[in-house]
Amino acid sequence: MSYIALAPTDVALAAGLVLASAALSLALQLGLARQYLVAAARMVVQLSLLALVLKVLFAAVSPLWTGLAALVMVLFAGREILARQERRMTGPWSYGLGTGAMLFAAALVTVFALTTQVQPQPWYHPRFALPLLGMVLGNTMTGVSLGLHTLTSGLVAERAAVEAQLALGVPRRQATLPVARAALRSALIPIINAMAATGLISLPGMMTGQILAGIAPEEAVKYQMMVTFLIAGATGLGAVLAVVAGVYRLTDRRHRLRLDRLRRD
Amino acid sequence: MSISCKGMTDDRQELLAVAGLAQVGLAPVGFALARGECLPVLGPSGAGKTLLLRALADLDPNQGSVRLAGVPREAVSGPAWRRRVMYLAAEPGWWAERVEQHFDDWPAATPLVARLLLPPEIGASPVRLLSTGERQRLALARVLVRAPMVLLLDEPTAALDEAAREAVEGLIGERLSQGIGALWVTHDRNQARRFAGRALNLDRGVATEVRL
Repeated sequence: MSYIALAPTDVALAAGLVLASAALSLALQLGLARQYLVAAARMVVQLSLLALVLKVLFAAVSPLWTGLAALVMVLFAGREILARQERRMTGPWSYGLGTGAMLFAAALVTVFALTTQVQPQPWYHPRFALPLLGMVLGNTMTGVSLGLHTLTSGLVAERAAVEAQLALGVPRRQATLPVARAALRSALIPIINAMAATGLISLPGMMTGQILAGIAPEEAVKYQMMVTFLIAGATGLGAVLAVVAGVYRLTDRRHRLRLDRLRRD
Repeated sequence: MSISCKGMTDDRQELLAVAGLAQVGLAPVGFALARGECLPVLGPSGAGKTLLLRALADLDPNQGSVRLAGVPREAVSGPAWRRRVMYLAAEPGWWAERVEQHFDDWPAATPLVARLLLPPEIGASPVRLLSTGERQRLALARVLVRAPMVLLLDEPTAALDEAAREAVEGLIGERLSQGIGALWVTHDRNQARRFAGRALNLDRGVATEVRL
């Protein structure tokens, strides 16, 4: 068993399926053909550029360029978190809080994995650092954005309940606890479900990729376990940070609920 | 049943001293409240009555000086202040499923709940199945068991029938005679007269003291 390289024609053959689906959409007047083809084209362009960038980065093995690439990934993920918020915070907090929590959790977990488990030489080698960060970041982003979304919309919806406790002299942590709990639950449910389904209902992409590349299944499975733990750990850490910071930002030192720190739109 | 506290304002033992209290929608207001005194707050809807009570409870950002028995509110934490100067919203919120979960000690609260003409079994009821009037009285009980020094009541009898309203007035009158103070938002001038000889009248955020 070894790695089987793909010729451009192989990729084109697979792309035929997308064209066929687009034709079907046209025939059935679903109005999806355009969106479908644009998305497919975007994927081709983005991945081709990514291949070029990674090739350069892998050749350079520079801490500066690797770090810069990681930063760009984090900043894009931060934008994605912001885009998923129905109620954003005012000022720099809108982007900063979610991005900060995600950056801290993802960076900590990725560096931890690189320096103690994977241990490439040097530890920041982009061939290991960037794929690991990418997998951790994607899931942490989902967790942080779900957590913040549930927290902010929950505080707005449960305002009377939270303020009823505050008015009775309950401290802000306790008064916001029901909403914070719901926020953390919604942040962590996707990764919990994913872990429970892994290997039974879903075959994780990373492990499948390693198997396709000719790695023995028992080796690929070990890698997958480690990566899943990293992802679950980073998601948990990022979501807790974002929700706790969110609670503190949306209350103040006098333990008032400060929904005026959410934008009204 | 004596619910009048008019006579108690003579030997002014000051409980709450308010000066320059203001927030968005509320012009600076000052007044003093004596122990045992009830100060009705009158005015049309949207005049700032709720804003005044929320500022006193320090639930909204606001300016001005508020002292309780001489102690400025800045000297204590927000929660500690609100345990002494307690706000009861017109539509109180509930954070748990059943009534009893909103009380630290439900059995101990049942005598008080009974005086508000509610049976002790109501503790096991889901809050969402109760009427507005039942919820209003239970929220009052939730406040009274915590024995605050000043009550900030936002139309506590708005949804109540005659008997329940009398029960609430009687209970609060009793607490007043024990030396607590109260601000009482009401649309009912007769109710205001039963408790006090003067009131705060709010109009478009501006408070003036009026004789009743």
